[in-house]
Amino acid sequence: MSKNKNSLIIDTTDHATKGGLLNRRLFLSSAIATTAALATTRAAYGQEIVGEGQEDWVLYPGSDAVEYSNRSRFEVNSVKRLLPNDSQEFLDLRLTKIVARTPLDHLMGTITPNGLHFERSHQGIPDIDPDQHSLVIHGMVKNPLKFDINALENYPTVSRNHYMECSGNSNVLWQETPTNQSLQEIHGLLSGSEWTGVLLSTLLDECGISPDAKWIIAEGADNGMMTRSIPIDKALDDTMIAIRQNGERIRPSQGYPMRLFNPGFEGNTSVKWLRSIYVSDRPVMSIQETAKYTDMMPDDMALQFTLEQDVKSIITRPSSAMSLKKKGIYEITGVAWSGKGKIARVEVSVDGGNTWADTALEGPIHAKMLTRFRIPWMWDGSPAVLQSRAIDEFGRFQPTRKQLIDARGRNGVYHFHAVHSWGVATNGEIKNVYA
Amino acid sequence: MFMHRILIIATLFLSTQLATAQESLFGVPATQADIDKSFWSIFPDGEFLPDGEGNVAEGRELFEYQCNLCHNFPGENDPVKNQIGKLFGVDDKRGKSNFEQTIGSYWPYPTIVFDYIRRAMPLVAPMSLTNSEYYSLTAYLLHENGIIAEDDVMNKNTLPKVEMPNKDGFINAYPEVPEKYLAKP
Repeated sequence: MSKNKNSLIIDTTDHATKGGLLNRRLFLSSAIATTAALATTRAAYGQEIVGEGQEDWVLYPGSDAVEYSNRSRFEVNSVKRLLPNDSQEFLDLRLTKIVARTPLDHLMGTITPNGLHFERSHQGIPDIDPDQHSLVIHGMVKNPLKFDINALENYPTVSRNHYMECSGNSNVLWQETPTNQSLQEIHGLLSGSEWTGVLLSTLLDECGISPDAKWIIAEGADNGMMTRSIPIDKALDDTMIAIRQNGERIRPSQGYPMRLFNPGFEGNTSVKWLRSIYVSDRPVMSIQETAKYTDMMPDDMALQFTLEQDVKSIITRPSSAMSLKKKGIYEITGVAWSGKGKIARVEVSVDGGNTWADTALEGPIHAKMLTRFRIPWMWDGSPAVLQSRAIDEFGRFQPTRKQLIDARGRNGVYHFHAVHSWGVATNGEIKNVYA
Repeated sequence: MFMHRILIIATLFLSTQLATAQESLFGVPATQADIDKSFWSIFPDGEFLPDGEGNVAEGRELFEYQCNLCHNFPGENDPVKNQIGKLFGVDDKRGKSNFEQTIGSYWPYPTIVFDYIRRAMPLVAPMSLTNSEYYSLTAYLLHENGIIAEDDVMNKNTLPKVEMPNKDGFINAYPEVPEKYLAKP
């Protein structure tokens, strides 16, 4: 106990007020130091205080409550990962780091902590003063209207659990040879949250949209002003102007102070830092829906407006970040999601897809949200290939990689949603494989 | 009589207020200035293209000072700049695994060039040029991709009429991905 580095340090410069009163914490630590000295004396007489052998955090008062909490200082590995392969010259020219992936292997349940939600911007994260920001809705409407964050907070809001997945998530799996990348690098552009916002239909209704309206064009207030066209049926269905994520105001990297949120649509359509919605009779054909976010098919045509996401699932444990230390029972778990609705069923195979077993789904199951599946597995030490495949409530199924490539070729850059395989070697190491 | 008139005015005022209140619970009317500040979209038919005019020669000069820091000139082959974004010199390799999607080989509408570089470029200072300068850069990019002639000028009337090589290369996947591209069990 006398080794405790806090016990005898009295910092007389730690003043609580002017005039010589020191912080009361110092009194407490010197009192404890005295106790420690007494304990040493008692031990010499064959007596020990009852706390002997206890760790410091049991014996000493902890730290102060704080205004905004952080994680344990020991949780150093559960962090987002930036692009690992870019050269410094590239990053220097690109000016800002624009991608950060969620550490799925460190998370359980279905909600991603706000600080670990994946980030994707095109020209950096703007530092928006909410008092200088508003959303303008205009175009084919009777009344063009403007809403600031205070106005939006006054409307009745909805809070809904939804996943968000970047259109380019898992796209390294289109490559011909399997990558050595980790779960986080391959699939980490995926997160889940409770999003709170005002349904866009409420605001469009107040603006009085024309019966000829077919699309809305959303523009952000970021550098580069991200722009996407959204079909009006979606805009009038469950699209919201999200202002909160897991209860608190959305973070700058998620579009503070307001973003479009299109549940189940490719992530890029949920325009962050939203400041303009133009109601239109046609899509605007922005760069992000023509030159980008489109996929070349085998017949040289490009699929455009692949907006509603397919059914997909991934195993998060065991996965690349860990190795199996010995034979025995392991839980195989992961998440499944569908851009159309609820997950109905997830099956797991440990023999590369020859045989499949039903998994337990953890409820409540929300539409367009991650659903966690679990199944126990006895590993006998032989090589294994772990796979999961999902089916949604509409019977849409997750194809094998071969089935997907047979239909769409390998020249697409986005929208990879096929079954993924983790290869387990006899030494317990796990890596991405094609099976 | 005087009081009567005041009452009528007051009633008129109140009913106007009520009418406004019914339009929106908490929103306020957006002014044209609000719209102009936040809306930058340009449609393929040229709607919302601004006044101004540019040409290839001016675009080439602007490219040297505003773009070449990150993007190769035609014939240059700096690998880092190619990674940032290759703008020229790509033959039609559609359907090949090394297919490179550039303005000339992939982009379906000429208006996208103007719209994108105006809102997002140059990277260090987007929106820092004039509309005529953005027309000049657009003209230069289209010319070096073999789409318009050296002496073509670009403005709100000429730009939307430019035909892109891949204008018919896209298929709509909303609301349903066409059957032929669906994975079969």
